[in-house]
Amino acid sequence: MIVNVLFYVFGAILVLAALGVITARNPVHCALFLVAAFLNSAVIWLLLQAEFLALTLVVVYVGAVMVLWLFVVMMLDVDVEKLRQGFTRYAPLGALIALIVVAQIGLVVYVRKLGLDDTAAAVVNRPAGGSNTLELGHLLYTQYLYPFEIAAVILLVAIVAAITLTMRDRPGQKVQDIGKQVAVNAKNRVRIVKMDAEARQ
Amino acid sequence: MNPASITRLDLVLAAPELFVLAATCVVLLVDLFLTERTRWLTFVLSLLTLAGASWLTTVTGFSERTVGWHGTYVADPLSSLLKIVAYGAVAVAFLYGHGYLQVRRILKGEYYVLGLFALLGIMVLVSANSLVTLYLGVELLALSLYALVAFNRESGIAAEAAIKYFVLGSIASGALLYGMSIIYGVTGSLELGVISNAALQMPAGQIGLLFGLAFIVVGVAFKFGAVPFHTWVPDVYHGAPTPVTLFLAAAPKLGSFALAFRLLAEGLGAVHATGWQDMITMVAVLSIIVGNVVAIAQTNIKRMLAYSTISHVGFILLGILAGTSQGYSAALYYTITYVIMSVGGFGMVILLSRKGFEADSLEDFKGLNARNPWFAAVMLMLMFSMAGVPPFVGFWAKLAVIQAVLNVGSLWLAIVAVALSVVGAYYYLRVVKLMYFDEPTDEAALQGGGGAMRIVLSLNGLAVLALGLYPGLLLELCARVIP
Repeated sequence: MIVNVLFYVFGAILVLAALGVITARNPVHCALFLVAAFLNSAVIWLLLQAEFLALTLVVVYVGAVMVLWLFVVMMLDVDVEKLRQGFTRYAPLGALIALIVVAQIGLVVYVRKLGLDDTAAAVVNRPAGGSNTLELGHLLYTQYLYPFEIAAVILLVAIVAAITLTMRDRPGQKVQDIGKQVAVNAKNRVRIVKMDAEARQ
Repeated sequence: MNPASITRLDLVLAAPELFVLAATCVVLLVDLFLTERTRWLTFVLSLLTLAGASWLTTVTGFSERTVGWHGTYVADPLSSLLKIVAYGAVAVAFLYGHGYLQVRRILKGEYYVLGLFALLGIMVLVSANSLVTLYLGVELLALSLYALVAFNRESGIAAEAAIKYFVLGSIASGALLYGMSIIYGVTGSLELGVISNAALQMPAGQIGLLFGLAFIVVGVAFKFGAVPFHTWVPDVYHGAPTPVTLFLAAAPKLGSFALAFRLLAEGLGAVHATGWQDMITMVAVLSIIVGNVVAIAQTNIKRMLAYSTISHVGFILLGILAGTSQGYSAALYYTITYVIMSVGGFGMVILLSRKGFEADSLEDFKGLNARNPWFAAVMLMLMFSMAGVPPFVGFWAKLAVIQAVLNVGSLWLAIVAVALSVVGAYYYLRVVKLMYFDEPTDEAALQGGGGAMRIVLSLNGLAVLALGLYPGLLLELCARVIP
């Protein structure tokens, strides 16, 4: 029942990390807790033999969240100097999260080595040697084709909406006009001024 | 043929959706090459898209319930009717909004593109046969609406409204999704038909089912804007540019009705008596009370119409909570008539506005009769209809819903509905009083909207009267499409 134990351990950490996301005062901490939460979910998915989803979660969400984190730092005017001053104060937290992540990875690898993840297999009933990615792809393009396409439309709407809301002409806006840049020639840039020669002093 | 592949029937079934998607992408691309002077082309193309979609929906309309796309899509008479009404509502919203946006120089192609995407979301919702499709339809609709609300980038109040809408909407989507995941876990399927059968097999009061249901009711009530999940409605209606408010108040309500009907009636009909009837009863009664009472205190007509929407939603939910075919068709009838009245009401606000002036205060309707007797009469018809005065269509809608509630033996609900309708009549009649018995403070001729808008708005007012004089037409149609 080690898989059950692992599930509860990771589930508990997941809940704690999620709590951290909403209780932490500093937005940077929230983002880091979110990373921990995502990694824990990925581990739980691994226990369910959904390797593709687990990896996607790490690659897409954790990657995207790191970008989100950068946006938080840039847009919410988080004082970087102040953060640096308190580095030693926050270091234990960072170390703790790193430790937890490493411990989780280690535990999963340890379990796999012992070959004790049979319980998870019983849950999913996957044929031996089956490819998770292949199965998912097959489902997405047959049974779930219609929802899949709608999801694509939602992403398109997100792009249109984001551009609509952020692209705007403000007075005094500093932007490059590519057309003008290309059309420019030497005459516009260099002005040759005729001056009378000055006598040497 | 491989059973897993997509058949020709699937493509025919979803032809209206595929057409709207393709046409919207064309509009999006064409608009890139247009200048402010040639932007009318986007408008015309959008209207052509709606016309084409109506044609496709009519010719491919299925008289039988047909499920396709591996059980994620359903085409039935109900979906055809809702789609056609939605095309009409969106077309009218585009038509009313065109002049308003043009004189304020905020006419961007994105208004039409996002509007069409919102329409696509509504279409996906009304034809959804699985939890995934329903959720994606909700999200597609909501995302387009968030962006539309924030569409006027110079307006701080619109940005505030959009943020409120976005944050609260995300929480509601989360609740809906959480409920759906629990239902999936309990019943083992995403398909509404299978969920319905599984729920029937379960003992009454199965706790997992009820747990998921509670979250689903929260999500549905939020999307409807019913009390106590209504806090976003007045702010969003007030803050959004009037054409967007008009859009928001009309077609998406058809989507909300479809969401409620598909989820609660088709999917979870088995837990009607033991589960959601009481929850919806509470939400409906609170909506009718809060909507009608708080509307009295409003001085801004957009906010007043927002609270009036909340009370109308209460009536729609009254029909749904009855849980009978009669109740559902009454709710459908109410939804459609509400859409017709609501586009007319906000259309009048647009008509009274002009460049640099928003006619969103009740005071702006003072002495409208002296300024323009015909449009005062149109507003009179709309207000009487919303108040539920015969012979206008709003009366029949209220009557149908109250009959449905009485037939399931809820006398007290009928009494509450009637009593609060009387309270509600006060603020509708106040508008009439302002128009006919007060001196105009503003002598300028009406400038908002061109000739086409005036003709359609007149027809809109007359439709409220005509449908009220011949209520049988729409009532029978609504009764026929509900199985």
